[in-house]
Amino acid sequence: MSGEKLKITIDGIDILCEKGTTILNAARQAGVDIPTLCHDERLEPYGGCRLCIVQIKGVNRPLPACTTPVSSNMVVTTENEALTRMRKNVLELLLSNHPNDCMRCEQTGNCTLQDLAYRYGADGKIYEGEKWDLPIREDNPFITYEPNKCILCGRCVRICNEVVMAGTIDLVGRGFYAMPDTAFRKPRTLENCEFCGQCVSTCPTGALTDRKGRGKGRSYELKKVKTTCSYCGTGCNFYLNVKGDKVVKVTSAYDSPVSQGSLCIKGRYGYDFIHSPERIKTPLIRKGAEFVEATWDEALELIANKFKELIEKHGPDKVGGFSSSRCTNEENYLLAKWVRCAVGSNNVDNCARV
Amino acid sequence: MVVKKKAASKSKTSKTSTVKIDKDIIIRVCVGTGGLAAGSAEVIDAFYEELAKTGLKALVEKKCVNKTGCRGFCAKDVLVDVIINGDIATYQFIRPEMVSRIVDEHIKGDVPVREWLVGPDYHSFHERQTKILLKQCGQIDPENIEAYIEIGGYEGAKKALAWEPVDIIEEIKTSGIRGRGGAGFLTGLKWEFCRLSKDDPKYIICNADEGDPGAFMDRAIIEGNPHSVIEGMIIGALAIGCENGYVYIRAEYPLAVERLRMALEQARKKKFLGKNIFGSTFNFDIEIKLGAGAFVCGESTALMRSIEGKRGMPRPTPPRSVNKGLWNKPTALNNVETFANIPMIMTNGAAWYASFGNEKNKGTKVFALTGKVKNTGLIEVPLGISLKEIIYDIGGGVEKNRKLKAVQTGGPSGGCIPASHIDMPVDFDSLTRIGSMMGSGGMVVLDDTTCMVDVAKFFLTFTEHESCGKCPPCRIGTKRMLEILTRITEGKGKEGDMELLVELGIDIAHSSLCGLGQAAPNPVLSTIKYFYEEYDAHIRDGICPANVCKALRQYVVSTDLCKMCGKCFRVCPAGAISWEPKKKAAIDKLKCIKCGACFEACPFNSIV
Ligand SMILES: Cc1cc2nc3c(=O)[nH]c(=O)nc-3n(C[C@H](O)[C@H](O)[C@H](O)COP(=O)(O)O)c2cc1C
Ligand code: SF4
Ligand code: SF4
Ligand code: SF4
Repeated sequence: MSGEKLKITIDGIDILCEKGTTILNAARQAGVDIPTLCHDERLEPYGGCRLCIVQIKGVNRPLPACTTPVSSNMVVTTENEALTRMRKNVLELLLSNHPNDCMRCEQTGNCTLQDLAYRYGADGKIYEGEKWDLPIREDNPFITYEPNKCILCGRCVRICNEVVMAGTIDLVGRGFYAMPDTAFRKPRTLENCEFCGQCVSTCPTGALTDRKGRGKGRSYELKKVKTTCSYCGTGCNFYLNVKGDKVVKVTSAYDSPVSQGSLCIKGRYGYDFIHSPERIKTPLIRKGAEFVEATWDEALELIANKFKELIEKHGPDKVGGFSSSRCTNEENYLLAKWVRCAVGSNNVDNCARV
Repeated sequence: MVVKKKAASKSKTSKTSTVKIDKDIIIRVCVGTGGLAAGSAEVIDAFYEELAKTGLKALVEKKCVNKTGCRGFCAKDVLVDVIINGDIATYQFIRPEMVSRIVDEHIKGDVPVREWLVGPDYHSFHERQTKILLKQCGQIDPENIEAYIEIGGYEGAKKALAWEPVDIIEEIKTSGIRGRGGAGFLTGLKWEFCRLSKDDPKYIICNADEGDPGAFMDRAIIEGNPHSVIEGMIIGALAIGCENGYVYIRAEYPLAVERLRMALEQARKKKFLGKNIFGSTFNFDIEIKLGAGAFVCGESTALMRSIEGKRGMPRPTPPRSVNKGLWNKPTALNNVETFANIPMIMTNGAAWYASFGNEKNKGTKVFALTGKVKNTGLIEVPLGISLKEIIYDIGGGVEKNRKLKAVQTGGPSGGCIPASHIDMPVDFDSLTRIGSMMGSGGMVVLDDTTCMVDVAKFFLTFTEHESCGKCPPCRIGTKRMLEILTRITEGKGKEGDMELLVELGIDIAHSSLCGLGQAAPNPVLSTIKYFYEEYDAHIRDGICPANVCKALRQYVVSTDLCKMCGKCFRVCPAGAISWEPKKKAAIDKLKCIKCGACFEACPFNSIV
């Protein structure tokens, strides 16, 4: 981007924006909300859902705000009678091929389609006709796919190809029967899918949902606790979705500076250990052939004494510290500090060097 | 009919088996897809066999049977020209078993087989056209580069090499040629934009996807004169400054692909393609990309994605392809017919080209004239010609002299023009103004036996099926329109259906992403506009005025015509017909299931 600023007018508001900005981003900058379904910050603009179409002065056909770059002195209208009608019509068409079973849908309360139908007063009753009647796909451990709810925004396909670069899914078929699926419509398995759940994270409807969290609570019932993933040192953030005292789901934190909403299989789906009955809850000290539960004080006391003995007997250089990439930077720093200052050795290393 | 080139003094040849030939004999056989389907390959074999058998070995060795591309009048295939000392006699509907008589009586005996010659319709069909493109197609051997060079081929490219790119662009702009792919964008302007785009490398693409059902002019050009397209692309490449070209052609055109491959190979051998073409410092080569036959892949941005190996789906513009096209690089994409015109413009000059056509629509255009018209086939006419001239002068009028009802132009993206507008000029702007489109140049003549709702349904069925699925107005909207149309043709139309169709159609046209969706409602909107009563009759009165929609048909026994045979009574599966010997039959409307069995069975056509 050249840094050159252009003046444009959106719904009567004059703003300065950078050359190359899309109308959608400029509008957001101006505080104007243009509806979208196929847009996701993580993805290349697509222009498919036709909801963000806006009227540009001097252009005879409405253009999508998400793909159209601003130009100098552009005058944009984001809502007028014709645009509202066309948007409502798009929603009516989408709902005419949708189960409209929000009452029992996993995604209720967290569904862009639902929000926009509310905003534009669309109820899917204008058009009768064929509706998809496809079975729910639960052919893998993590993702439930309800094709009937899919609106073909292509977000799952694009995130899988553009961000994950796994290429697991693409749109298949033509016309009314086009839909996202794997090659040859095979089940998602570890052979063709990473199970990162990125597709689920971007789906604006209930078509793709996290299988483990289904039926465990609607979005608005869940307390969202932001945390950092403990699996590796990358430091992705996400929200633990908690109901009562149970973590029922993990959702993306789009404002995470590191991961911007993206996660891998471990961060998104590897939370079973939290409530595992086999989880070790106290330190264990080996006594004979047995591990015996102990308090932290007892355990630390024992470790400290053993180290002291070793240093006294063999010298500090015989002791070293090896830490893990699953620890945070701060934890790794503390370990190094401890080895150097408390032990007096320079033998410090980390598994990430390989 | 024999066309005499000059008053030839007929040499008397004896009918013996050892024949000395002192005549110049050329036999031309049309080997376009239409010709081949009608058996032209077998006809050629039969000629060689027969000539060899009857002692005319010299002719066989001379390879006197020339293959030519499609000459447009496919309804009369296999077409064969026998040219003796310059006199052309053209035969129609030739089959291999007819060849021996032609060889015997005409080639040896100098007496044409009169009853197999084409009639006056063949000549009026051709004479009323303005053939600058198709002329070469029907004359030269498309599999031999020398045949093209002989008629001045590749001179345009050589001329362009000596010119500055801006001058080439200026010449093309002056000619006024507009793209033949449908939208009619000025070719010179497109090339200029592409040349000015500041990025490298650039690409040039020939769009030979030709997905419109019923259109086959691009196929005919590639099959009949592939070098003209290659030369046009070379000139384009020189103009925009690029080294790589692609021809995107559907795999369902095996013959065209083969001829193109052959032509590219021959052009490379001659150093017209490759490094240092024509001995210059310029490099340019062309690659063939086969398309899998999706209509939407003819749309320029989808086509480019398809070349990149992705699913062919359009993307919104801007940015335009001339700035960010194939591999995100500046790309000029043009239609086959557009490229085929370019060499002629370069050799004959922009002014010559601009002398055809009207003010804003220069040159000629090839149309596929089909439907209920006497002469069907490919025709080439100057833009601006009236519909009337096309249908009556070239097409010979409506089949069986029935009444003209409408003309559908532009394929599935076009609309229906009612007979009352028959004097309108056929050009890009006039067609768009009337709610139709040039499209690729399909032209279907409809007579009064046609149901307009049915026609609209036919075309919409195609677009609905071919939608790529990217955007809801097209993907679901065309489906819903089709469902409404279907219920109208089934007699289940409701009050308000037409209003719903119009409203939905306009929304689809305005909010769809690409030309496919934007134009998809045209057949419906134009028929509602011009044939409102016909829709109304279906919905309100439950009648299909043209008696086409099966569910709305009313079968009635004409008491005047009924001969009381009782055949209908016996075939009716619903017991809806009452009849007794020596009594006229009658159909009970309420019991009739409209299967049409009685209609088929009546030997006297008394069921109407
Ligand atoms: C759905 C759709 C299908 C198209 N199919 C073709 C085609 O088969 N051949 C073609 O030349 N142009 C086709 N076009 C038009 C192209 O997008 C493009 O405008 C044209 O090839 C440009 O060439 P021109 O400037 O020489 O006309 C199609 C357009 C649309 C929207
Ligand atoms: S889970 Fe990840 S890899 Fe699998 S389909 Fe979804 S985005 Fe692609
Ligand atoms: S599954 Fe969801 S993300 Fe994928 S195309 Fe359908 S609605 Fe969009
Ligand atoms: S208008 Fe139809 S063909 Fe074009 S992008 Fe939209 S869905 Fe695809």
